[in-house]
Amino acid sequence: MLFASFMANTWIVATMVAVVAGVVGFFVVLRGAAFVADAVPQGAFAGAAGASLLGVNTLVGVAAFAVAGAFGIGWLGRRGGRDVATALTLVLMLGVGALFLSFTSQYSDEIFSLLFGEVLGVSSSDIVPVAILSAACVLAVMLLYRPLLLSSLAPESSAARGVSNTKIELAFLIIVALATTLTLPVVGALLIFSLMIGPPAAARSLTSNPLSALGLSVVLAIVTVWVAIAASFETNWPVGFFVGVGGAACYAAGRLIVSFRGSRVQLSQS
Amino acid sequence: MSDPLGLIFAPGFFESSPVQAALIAGGIAALVSGVVGAFTVLRGQSYAGHALADISVTGGSASFLIGISPLWGFAGTGVFAAGVMDMIGVRKPRGRDLATGIVRGAGLGLAALFLYWDATTTNTSGVAITVLFGSPFTISNGVIPLVAALSIVALGIVLVGYRPLLLSSVNSDLAVARGIPVRLVGLACLIAIALAVALSALTIGTILSTALLVGPAATALRLTSRPGWATALAGLIAVAATWLGIVLAYDSFTWPPKHHGWPVSFFVVALIFAGYLLAQLAGRDPGRRQER
Repeated sequence: MLFASFMANTWIVATMVAVVAGVVGFFVVLRGAAFVADAVPQGAFAGAAGASLLGVNTLVGVAAFAVAGAFGIGWLGRRGGRDVATALTLVLMLGVGALFLSFTSQYSDEIFSLLFGEVLGVSSSDIVPVAILSAACVLAVMLLYRPLLLSSLAPESSAARGVSNTKIELAFLIIVALATTLTLPVVGALLIFSLMIGPPAAARSLTSNPLSALGLSVVLAIVTVWVAIAASFETNWPVGFFVGVGGAACYAAGRLIVSFRGSRVQLSQS
Repeated sequence: MSDPLGLIFAPGFFESSPVQAALIAGGIAALVSGVVGAFTVLRGQSYAGHALADISVTGGSASFLIGISPLWGFAGTGVFAAGVMDMIGVRKPRGRDLATGIVRGAGLGLAALFLYWDATTTNTSGVAITVLFGSPFTISNGVIPLVAALSIVALGIVLVGYRPLLLSSVNSDLAVARGIPVRLVGLACLIAIALAVALSALTIGTILSTALLVGPAATALRLTSRPGWATALAGLIAVAATWLGIVLAYDSFTWPPKHHGWPVSFFVVALIFAGYLLAQLAGRDPGRRQER
């Protein structure tokens, strides 16, 4: 049953989602931007309510809110602390979402799946937009790989080389917004960031080479999603539960391996 | 309608018992959030505050399953999560947001499972909306004394530990040199944040708990550079925004498009956001002047 033909779309979409989450998440962890990776999806979720109010495709509403959120965080963050800017942008989007929800009553069935993910409802027509968005995301990261890496690791020297950190920050925020739009329907608003920070954090603590950390992060994200879908299919429990716990498990395993290695190194030194 | 107050307060506003409960509980939660929020913003722990609010909801959804009062689910889980965050390295600024995110991810994963069980066993599918948005008009008068008692605990932690908390927030090296147990102070502060957001998540919803924690405090810190004033001002702004939001929401029952009222959370968030933007425009000069 797990590999029945109606599950094929699910496996394809989930794998694309995991690749994007692994790639984008690597930079989320590198830039210490966990709050942003958390706030953009949660706020963008409110866009789905707006889309249902206007009768347009959910993905359009999510994308509009995600990009608006990215610009809001970028703009406010330039003038004040980034965490305050992120928090205020997030609550504003959620407040507007609450307003939209109060205008429509037909929407509540969809909410749970948008919050916590729905993997079994993927249709063939969903594959093309997800494929285009994920290709755009991965391409953007590849094009911006060097400046992104430099401005994440050494913002001062990146500024000295004439790379504008504010522009890179904005580009990064928009990439997070894109990734959000495409992962939201599959993993759910509340747990996208689990996938974006758990596997990359584990990968980063296991290797210090950026490229192999990026590769490892993608592999761990794919494994997490696959296991989550299989477990969700077997138990009928929400996939978000397995993704959330799986992300935390990745991180915990990474920390354990590092501390085990660390203590061994210390022992050999003493 | 010849009474000028009648234009602002729609007829029956003060007689309505849900409104009274919302004004009292919302006011208490807003005051605590504003005051604790000043330290949250000073310490750059907005994300921890937001995450703790969401995690307390996990406890709330679990309490429906095992049949205890949601209040204990909310407050207990919040304090427990604060402890876990502290344990896995919330102190180091670099890994702090990461640790917060991991704890939040695991917490929300559990919330998804509990809500799924809630929905399959009790058939209450509206829980997801309550979790994310909450509504202040659903508080019962019975929980208000308990909410007040726990609020006093949260306020007490901040007021009793005011000096060491302030010093370790502003300059942790100096605090260490003065012999202040910085880690203990940090944990106490995180527990105060957890209590504040759990209480406001329960009484007025999770959106507002983050909004009231961060917004008024950030606004107040723009307007004055004196920590004492900023703390008091943050509490004041939070209470004012909450009450004004409730008044507007009550008035909006006659507004389009559906004539059943706009959500309180929208009004409060809009007020707080507007206040922050105004303070940013106005705050640059006074901030300079008061430094002296």
